[in-house]
Amino acid sequence: MSLRLHSKNKTLVVRVEGELDLVSAQQFRETVDRAFQEIDGQNLIIDLAKVTFIDSSGLGVILGRYRIIIAKKGVVVLCGVNKTVQRILELSGLFSLLAVCAEEREAWKIIEERAYRGA
Amino acid sequence: MERIVKNRIELKFLSRGDNVALARIAVASLASQMELTLNDLEEIKVATSEAVSNAIIHGYQNDTDRVVKLTGILYEGLLEIEISDDGVGIKDISEALRPAFSTDPERMGLGFVFMQSFMDEVEVDSEVGRGTNVILRKHIGGGTEKRAVS
Repeated sequence: MSLRLHSKNKTLVVRVEGELDLVSAQQFRETVDRAFQEIDGQNLIIDLAKVTFIDSSGLGVILGRYRIIIAKKGVVVLCGVNKTVQRILELSGLFSLLAVCAEEREAWKIIEERAYRGA
Repeated sequence: MERIVKNRIELKFLSRGDNVALARIAVASLASQMELTLNDLEEIKVATSEAVSNAIIHGYQNDTDRVVKLTGILYEGLLEIEISDDGVGIKDISEALRPAFSTDPERMGLGFVFMQSFMDEVEVDSEVGRGTNVILRKHIGGGTEKRAVS
């Protein structure tokens, strides 16, 4: 798995490529938590378009970030959810919990709308 | 009636996280010797990943020097995968099989849910202090074997 990160204001964008399982979930957690702290993050966008495999360890790490961010009144948006990932998300119940959209620009819109509503 | 064994693999590997990918790739590669959809293959990979991850995290409590055993048997129309560990075992199997039961807040407790959703049969046998044995079965499209074209 490889991760590409960038941020704007207090939103961190993580593009995940490859397989998100037991080992890579740990890398994901360490890398994302560190970057999030560095930017004093508020929101997180996770782009899963290039994810080729995900299991409950992968979902667990996403859920873990969701719990932390929601406690800080932030927003987590998943984008680029392909068929493989979608079925797993639906089965896990995460699909109804998280904001999900097709592309990153829509994710930015969701975050802007939430910020506007919250203001 | 005894089923005819078409192929069989046995793997023994250290209880390291990196070997979860190894296990699911080996099983997928065995399974793909049968006629099955990409969807089936994905499901088999997820179920294998869950069972092996459970053996490492729960059975061996993340001790990386223990051994996980995996047997994959391809019968006519059936794939059977057996994953076993000699770890701590499960005290209450029915509780472990329930969704959202997890001993770790960062985990979803969905391992067995995925195994049960993606495979046709899941058998769990466990004894505290002795280890856990999980058998996953998937019936594959009427027993039609993929033929090699040469």
